[in-house]
Amino acid sequence: MPTASDIASEAALAFRARIEHLSGQTVSSCYQCGKCTAGCPVASEMDTDPARVMRLVQLGARERVLRDEAIWLCASCETCVSRCPQACRLPRVMDALRAVAEQDGYARDNRGAALLNRLFLAQIRAFGRVHEMSLVAGFNLASRRPLRDVTKGPSMMRKGKLHLLPQRSANLPAVRRIFERVQELEGSET
Amino acid sequence: MSVAFYPGCSLHGTGNDYAQSAHAVCQRLGLDLTELEGWTCCGSTPAHNTSALLSVALSAQNLRLASDQQRDSLVVACAACFNRLRSARHEMAHDEVLRGRVEHVLEAPAPLDVRVDHLLELLLDTYGLDALAARVRRPLTGLKVACYYGCLLVRPPEVMAFDDAEHPTSMDRVLAACGAETVDWPGKTECCGANLSLSRSDIVVSLVDRLLDQAKRAGADVVAVACPLCQANLDVRQTDVTAQTGHRYDLPAVYFTQLVGLALGAGADELGLDKSFVDSRPTLAGWLS
Ligand code: SF4
Ligand code: SF4
Repeated sequence: MPTASDIASEAALAFRARIEHLSGQTVSSCYQCGKCTAGCPVASEMDTDPARVMRLVQLGARERVLRDEAIWLCASCETCVSRCPQACRLPRVMDALRAVAEQDGYARDNRGAALLNRLFLAQIRAFGRVHEMSLVAGFNLASRRPLRDVTKGPSMMRKGKLHLLPQRSANLPAVRRIFERVQELEGSET
Repeated sequence: MSVAFYPGCSLHGTGNDYAQSAHAVCQRLGLDLTELEGWTCCGSTPAHNTSALLSVALSAQNLRLASDQQRDSLVVACAACFNRLRSARHEMAHDEVLRGRVEHVLEAPAPLDVRVDHLLELLLDTYGLDALAARVRRPLTGLKVACYYGCLLVRPPEVMAFDDAEHPTSMDRVLAACGAETVDWPGKTECCGANLSLSRSDIVVSLVDRLLDQAKRAGADVVAVACPLCQANLDVRQTDVTAQTGHRYDLPAVYFTQLVGLALGAGADELGLDKSFVDSRPTLAGWLS
């Protein structure tokens, strides 16, 4: 009979393997030097800094890391990649964590970056391109802060920077097909 | 070499002054900047945050269009689109498994015959600095510029292979050829907070505060950028910087193409100089006809 801790560690190993597979990075090669954290522009805002995120993935601490706001604060600036002595592409690990958090329902209540990502992709699916004005309006409404940056819209409009109507790409059908086929392929693998 | 221009969503919206000035510059230099017909969104950060395959496939779709339209190169001005398109090409070329998956999704061979170039590279490598300097009608003599490259033009270095990732000089060299004095400053490749601008504008405000402070201390009259998101963060957020920190900069953030256009003799309206929040026209008055 496997003990509870055997099962826990199996789950932990499976989680680490899933993140390594999705990110294409050998998370176990990280030796916790902390250089990624030292250069990260948002580390001071994170409860769990980038090096600790790596540690949590090594330990397979699935719940802890998928619920952590840090993965949604990473701005994908790639500063950590050029600094890492182990040539680990940490932003790809962050991407994999965000993807898994989204797939496994951990991002459902996120009213920050995860919400923005969903709305942004919905726009690409709808028009083949992103319509900034409805994206911002939709984000503000869904994140329950309808008046955020409200003073900026009218002057952007006056400056001819915002358009009322979205543009639709002539290749919208091809884009929709890409979404469908990615979903099909990824769905068949999980 | 036949090129197609990939504008991306921002250059048709909040970054239309970047598009306008890029076209003004290329028209004066006799460079063809015809838009890629039927282009679609590159997927940007939300796509790679969600699925690596989706991200590469959305970008590859545009490379495929360029290939179908018999273009050798896709020229990009937006640093974020440039990063996605060049990365997609790089990843398809170096990762066979991924390439196979993308081909399955696109139902077509991976379009690796099309290069991805940034507008700065077009000016530097295809056109050449001497040729550019020879076209300058109003040298920007005396204008001090802090060139801001941000993250996505240069990182990750193995993928982007754009200039020197820690000390890039492409924009400095282009603007120096236009007669401007570019200042040495530490913020060149620091992050502005990118699309945290919507979800966590407080973080963007503190990063922008630091960048503006560094540029101002280095003596810059303007900051030059190559990305619509950087421009929006550095420009539109200046009032928020003042509200959050009490610091007031009034430092215009302009597209490098607006400065090149100015040197080539284009007017303020043609370059969209009326469109930023911090008005650059008083600073640039001496070079405006
Ligand atoms: S820089 Fe690399 S090796 Fe060092 S802690 Fe970060 S991920 Fe690990
Ligand atoms: S990519 Fe993310 S984790 Fe890495 S330095 Fe930038 S914000 Fe920090």
